[in-house]
Amino acid sequence: MTYEFLQQYWWFLVSLLGALLVFLLFVQGANSLVGSLGGDAEGRRLVINSTGRKWEFTFTTLVTFGGAFFASFPLFYSTSFGGAYWLWMIILFSFVLQAVSYEFQNKLGNLLGARTFQFFLVLNGIVGPVLLGGAVATFFEGSNFIVAKENLVDANSQLSTVGSPVISQWANASHGLDALLNPWVLVFGFAVFFLARILGILYIMNNVNDADIRARASVRLMGSTIAFLVLFVSYLVHLLLKDGYAYDPVTGIISMAPYKYLNNFLEMWYLLVLLLVGVVLVLYGIIKEIFSCPMPLAPCPSIGGIWPVGIGVVLTVLSLLLCAGWNNTAYYPSTADLQSSLTIANSCSSEFTLTTMFYVSLLIPFVLAYIVVAWRKIDGKKLDKEEIRTDEAY
Amino acid sequence: MEFLYNLDDSMIEWSRAQFALTAIYHWLFVPLTLGLAVIMGIAETCYYRTKKPFWKDVAKFWQKLFGVNFAMGVATGIILEFEFGTNWSNYSWFVGDIFGAPLAVEGIVAFFMESTFVAVMFFGWKKVSAGFHLAATWLTGLGATISAWWILVANAWMQCPVGCAFNPDTMRNEMVSFAEVALSPFAIDKFCHTVISAWIIGAVFVVAVCCWYLLKGREQKLAVESLKIAAIVGLVASVGAALTGHQSAARVAEVQPMKLAAMEALYNGGTDQSLTGIALINPFAQPDYENEAEAPLKIAVPYALSILATNDPHGYVAGINDILNGYTKPDGTVELSVDEKIERGKKAIAALAAYRQAKFASSDDGSTAAAQLQVLQENMPYFGYGYIRDKSEVVPFVPINFYAFRVMVGVGCLLILFFMVVLFFLYKKDITAAPKWLHWTAIVMVPLAYVASECGWLVAEFGRQPWTIQDMLPTWASVSNLQSASVIVTFFIFLVLFTTMLAVEINILLKQIKKGPES
Repeated sequence: MTYEFLQQYWWFLVSLLGALLVFLLFVQGANSLVGSLGGDAEGRRLVINSTGRKWEFTFTTLVTFGGAFFASFPLFYSTSFGGAYWLWMIILFSFVLQAVSYEFQNKLGNLLGARTFQFFLVLNGIVGPVLLGGAVATFFEGSNFIVAKENLVDANSQLSTVGSPVISQWANASHGLDALLNPWVLVFGFAVFFLARILGILYIMNNVNDADIRARASVRLMGSTIAFLVLFVSYLVHLLLKDGYAYDPVTGIISMAPYKYLNNFLEMWYLLVLLLVGVVLVLYGIIKEIFSCPMPLAPCPSIGGIWPVGIGVVLTVLSLLLCAGWNNTAYYPSTADLQSSLTIANSCSSEFTLTTMFYVSLLIPFVLAYIVVAWRKIDGKKLDKEEIRTDEAY
Repeated sequence: MEFLYNLDDSMIEWSRAQFALTAIYHWLFVPLTLGLAVIMGIAETCYYRTKKPFWKDVAKFWQKLFGVNFAMGVATGIILEFEFGTNWSNYSWFVGDIFGAPLAVEGIVAFFMESTFVAVMFFGWKKVSAGFHLAATWLTGLGATISAWWILVANAWMQCPVGCAFNPDTMRNEMVSFAEVALSPFAIDKFCHTVISAWIIGAVFVVAVCCWYLLKGREQKLAVESLKIAAIVGLVASVGAALTGHQSAARVAEVQPMKLAAMEALYNGGTDQSLTGIALINPFAQPDYENEAEAPLKIAVPYALSILATNDPHGYVAGINDILNGYTKPDGTVELSVDEKIERGKKAIAALAAYRQAKFASSDDGSTAAAQLQVLQENMPYFGYGYIRDKSEVVPFVPINFYAFRVMVGVGCLLILFFMVVLFFLYKKDITAAPKWLHWTAIVMVPLAYVASECGWLVAEFGRQPWTIQDMLPTWASVSNLQSASVIVTFFIFLVLFTTMLAVEINILLKQIKKGPES
């Protein structure tokens, strides 16, 4: 295994984790609609219990995504998390609120009342996907940071740019919130939000055996799909037409390249295939679900849309993230100092660490296998109100 | 080194405070998770073997309490992981090549196991076989324990950095041996001591709940049977914590002698050192270690410190002044004074800067870079000292270490006695008719055990100040460059959030306990 292979491999794994994370945002998507899907208190409890049996996967994938980034691309970890402080902190706050809300919301003595904790779930359902989507959009749009390793030894040296020993500096005082001033970051963030809602709706339709909830879900599927398609197509067109951040693999010099992401898809045709297959699967799953319903508010015979859409989402996001980092592309561009931009070559761990972690990553199929086994056991029977009343439930 | 002063000192302190706050709260929830996992696992195993519904009720009851606590551990844990990046970004780059790996392994190996099987444990009673459910319960606990292993490997590496080498071209430390990092003796000791101490928390909690039931005269069968499990787990764990604690202290004496000196308020060391039982130290001010011979009103156990640190009653233990001024170890090796280390650290940093400049300069034929590289390598063991401004900065705040160590050890000894008394009443008397003071003592032991457990972390973390990574990187060279205001705001948000959630959790736990097992 060459160092270059390991860099590409780890970017693939991080991208795959990112893609799985976006799929698992169905938890947030459904939670953002908990009131309108659930209808009454019992319905809300059913929806919460349905996502409540999966929230740990989303949470764990987020943590592992962070851990894998730390291990494989530590310069990204230090630059993005330390720089875009507020962006990440708000994401974390919302996930902390979510983590406790499931367990606490329906428990006697929860002090704040069930509605407060349910509000926290809705809050995380909105803030989580929008900001995570926004954070991913900065992979294409750039962020305002400077990396100067010389700061560590001498801030006054010719190579240093600022007067402190910290090598990664945010170039403005907003610490990440400035990203939200970029309309394209918002477009992508809200596209992820509506995608999460689509996934959440499809998941609930599949997981919950309740005609009313399924009927309400099918109505909301249309609205979220239209919003998602408008936002996603707009961003995709923008991405394919925009200049991108390329680097010379020999000198490491970063430069602007016209139609960089379009060229990436053309040069890496397999990513284009992934993207197209992913988009088709997403559309197929949604359309099948929508057209299987005879009329609004009537029970839908098809409830399996989550699977093609889920696979399609993973493929689509995977292709986008690979496009951001492969083919000599700077995956975390700096708008403050082009040469500070992060590439998979200049921000990765050492060859030894990547090799070690390569062997650790061989455990992933085993992990996925037992997740599937456990998931199938738990989801063998669809969740209904009767089970909530008589069995263990949040 | 003037540039170090450009960082806002208050921001560094607030970053430390925020990390400490998160870690302290995290450690309120994690030990109960680890400890209850063992007890509910044993209870469910009893159910699996006997098929008696009683044991199922027992297991489900403890699992319910486990569930209330579990989410808070998860929630505070994610903040800790990401704070390495958000508040300690320089650290994340400088050693991320080594430190990131255990965190990633933790995610892949432990978190998924924990999160997958915890759902089966809670919701799978009617959906999976008894054997599968039992496996899920144990795997939930195993996942939590493996998670503890990897995070403690990461923490141990910060205390005793091994298996790495500095790369001047990438300006960071890089891993050269994963086995040395993952299986470092420091990590093994830390894991054993920490996880065993967590079992004590679980055991004390269960004993207290059971004693409360006995006080109230209800759930007597559940209380007695659970007590039998918890008291045995508690006694074994308490004795185990004492033994592993001794091993940890010996390791600290070897790797972090300043921490041991601070724990003992040992200003001037030597052979035949006695262990201070108690002494009068102002808890709010650093003692005048340079001019005082020893802490006032000191009552000590002869030779005990030498035994603790070296397993030899005549062993040599260095004091604060010895470490500051330099000393010769019993094996003849000379430990440089801190001033000399600072000098050599500055040389290392200057050589690194010169090496980098020479590499970038087109006029250098490679000889200047090679010469500077040699200077760097000669002085690299003292690199971190180059960031130290005055030798007094390498002395941790003695009062916290001194008192925290005594509280931890004192309560630890008390716990051994306590579990022995509980077992005596269980097996030689009738615990249901035991005097009320015993039951009340059990309830009082819960906060005491938590205080002792947190004190252990205070010693571990305050004792290594000012180092984020021992001898390699001090806190002020590890931080992110943020405004103090940002960190202050997030500190107070976390404080309010965690405190509110802790209050909610305690209230829910109390209600659940009051309610008792469902059937």
